Amino acid sequence: MRTLQKFHGGVHPPQHKAESNCLPILAAPLPKRVIVPLRQHLGTPAKVHVKIGDHVLKGQMIGIANGYISAAVHAPTSGTVSAIDLHAIPHPSGLPDLCIRIEADGEDRWIEHQAVDYKTADPDTVRAVLRDAGIVGLGGAAFPTYVKLNPGQQGKIRTLVLNGAECEPWITSDDVLMRERAAEIVEGIKIMAHLMQPEKVLIGIEDNKPEAIAAMQAVCRSVNLEQAANFEVVPVPTLYPGGGEKQLIKVLTGKEVPSGQRPLNIGVVCANVATAYTVHRAINHGEPVISRIVTVTGNVQRPQNFEVLIGTPLGEIIQLAGGAAADTSHYLIGGPMMGFDLTNLDAPLTKATNCIIAASPALFPPKPAAMPCIRCGQCAQACPADLQPQELFWFSQSKNFDKACAYNLFDCIECGCCDYVCPSHIPLVSYFRFAKSEIAMQNCEKAAAEQAREHFEFKKQREEREKQEKAARMAEKAAAAAAAKAAATANGEAEDPAIAAKKAAIQAAVERTKAKKAEAAAAASTNTTEPS
Amino acid sequence: MSSPHILTAGSKVSTIMLLVLVALLPAIAAYYFFFGPAILISLTLASATALATEAMMLKLRSYPVKFFLADGSAILTGWLLALSIPPLAPWWLIVVGTAFAIIVAKHLYGGLGNNLFNPAMAGFAVLMISFPAIMTHWPTPLMLAQHPVGLAEALRYYFSGALQGVNLDAVTMATPLDTLKTQLSLQHTVGEVKHMPIYGSFGGKGGEVVAAMYLLGGLFLLQQRIITWHTPVSFLVTLALVAAVFNGINPTHYASPMFHLFTGGAMLGAFFIATDYVTAPTTPKGKLIFGTGVGILEYVIRVFGGYPDGVAFSILIMNAAVPLIDAYTQPRVFGHNT
Repeated sequence: MRTLQKFHGGVHPPQHKAESNCLPILAAPLPKRVIVPLRQHLGTPAKVHVKIGDHVLKGQMIGIANGYISAAVHAPTSGTVSAIDLHAIPHPSGLPDLCIRIEADGEDRWIEHQAVDYKTADPDTVRAVLRDAGIVGLGGAAFPTYVKLNPGQQGKIRTLVLNGAECEPWITSDDVLMRERAAEIVEGIKIMAHLMQPEKVLIGIEDNKPEAIAAMQAVCRSVNLEQAANFEVVPVPTLYPGGGEKQLIKVLTGKEVPSGQRPLNIGVVCANVATAYTVHRAINHGEPVISRIVTVTGNVQRPQNFEVLIGTPLGEIIQLAGGAAADTSHYLIGGPMMGFDLTNLDAPLTKATNCIIAASPALFPPKPAAMPCIRCGQCAQACPADLQPQELFWFSQSKNFDKACAYNLFDCIECGCCDYVCPSHIPLVSYFRFAKSEIAMQNCEKAAAEQAREHFEFKKQREEREKQEKAARMAEKAAAAAAAKAAATANGEAEDPAIAAKKAAIQAAVERTKAKKAEAAAAASTNTTEPS
Repeated sequence: MSSPHILTAGSKVSTIMLLVLVALLPAIAAYYFFFGPAILISLTLASATALATEAMMLKLRSYPVKFFLADGSAILTGWLLALSIPPLAPWWLIVVGTAFAIIVAKHLYGGLGNNLFNPAMAGFAVLMISFPAIMTHWPTPLMLAQHPVGLAEALRYYFSGALQGVNLDAVTMATPLDTLKTQLSLQHTVGEVKHMPIYGSFGGKGGEVVAAMYLLGGLFLLQQRIITWHTPVSFLVTLALVAAVFNGINPTHYASPMFHLFTGGAMLGAFFIATDYVTAPTTPKGKLIFGTGVGILEYVIRVFGGYPDGVAFSILIMNAAVPLIDAYTQPRVFGHNT
């Protein structure tokens, strides 16, 4: 038995998993139209690779990975590209983003695709396949997976952690996937392990999912026997946010990812189990990410998990669950702790959308009015980052941003534990988001001001230099004139030519000294004003 | 709305305050049982004054009166003050104390959540300094009383300032702590003094049971996770340790640790006053420092100072240090100095 570590704080919100995890995954019917956003991952959006009017096949790349931190997007079904424009997407901002619209032809015809033998292929080739298959972290952050699976200069990877914790209430998409497709997830893990060559592979699953744990254990046991692998399924205590990357790594390995760094820095790579599944589909079947499992739950008639094509309008997906009940007030994307309001039901399913919750006032009562902070410290006791939210709140509210940074505001993972326990119902996370964005903006402004100052300094230097050059030219001219004058006097009048020449030489020397002095002074002033 | 979209069911400021009030009930019952019904008048007057002054200040500060009045914090302040001062006293004593606590110590410092000093203890300090004579007249335990004061009699005293047939001295006395101090200054030993009838097994007769009830209420608050163990444990352990050292050096002149724990305001202070969220540190280490400081000051003021008990002053002194304590006891943040 592995001894598990604990992270500080955490909360136990009502789980609401049983609503949606009792029924098997249901494949959604083919939608008439899909809307594929080009930004479905962290990093640069994919570059459009089709034109309006193009006929595309299922699995055809329609957006190319653009830069290092990026991933491709693909046509979820065969059809015709009807538009490439801004469309509503599921995003906290509610702002539209560039999407490719495809009218399905109903044939759902696949593009030619083939498996890759990852054991013989070059690791870089395998990673390129993953990038071009649009594999991103399906746990929520959607970080391009091929980047994560590159040990790079960091050297040895000690632990590969698979995240099957699914700690957010209501969501069960990973749970049912592990129950039904454990063997395929483990195939994906094998590919990841092959790329990383870790010393051990730990699969963390919260202990409120006994069926998923059993299914994964059964597969891992036979794989370990057959292939001398050492995949370990580790049930972890159910405690939100135990599925947070840093929290899970701490629980499983006892190590903390240093602030501002990535797990790779401590020799750990962490990926979601659903991501492992897509890795398997991409490498062993040549299929890019064009669908995912999504939980539809809450105030709907038949809560269930569906396998849905990326790009399917979310309103249609809600209909699959029998539609929302009459008293539905709004919809949430993701879980109730970190999810966000869906502002438009036309927004499509993206790779990162793991759950749609129909909310009603009964299920999600409106927040009561906030009271003053009474410094009870329950937020600090609940904070998994061991921050002092009551102090951060004070600093954020008073816009004392230096102090907020000194109290490590940027270590806040916005998990919502502090809000959840606050007896004064203060929207703490909202305050922290506000402070973070204000600080980010101030830093941008500071950088811009710095640049403007540099421009100004350079301009001043240039003007100074031009002035000196002008002075030098004037001095030369004067010397020449004096010499000419002296010559003329010598010729015309009875002045001693020797004296005249001497005078001219002295005059020229004086001018030269003057010019030199001016130059030295200018140089000195330039030195002091040089940007530091 | 932004995340999170759910809150802990039933977690409210008013629930916390209510639970603290509930935790005080066993001690109030014991108080009633051993010292008569006067405490009920005192609590009622304190509650009424607290609510009236709170409402007035909220109105003056243009805050929603009903919303904030319902949080229960004002009543709690009133109760804590009423339990800290002699219950048989002229009506204006508790009124003045409570009014000062709410108006000056709470609202003039910014209201709920913003006050630097514990309002009840600030009220206590004002009364102690302004009316020291009244503040030393505590009711005699009923089992020792010649003239037990009933509810009607207590009410009469509250509003007329006189008792029927007897004067106040006949029904009141100095507290066990005060008596010990006086007797020690008269060259008696602790052992001799403790044989006086007002002393019980650990502390004062009756008073030690009230103290035990505060302890019980405190354990309830711990179990309910309203308070953490840090402050009460560090406070009481420090008080006991310091008492044990002096007691060990000279047992005839210094009372035992148990005596110090179960007399005066030690238990009330440890579980109900030093744990006040607003005026105490929030970090675990800070709470330990705070409790230790209060424990030391409490003993020093009690034994060497001019007042019979030191809870109020030791807490007020430590209150002033809270911002500093918090600033220097920040816990290690996840991922830092790993």
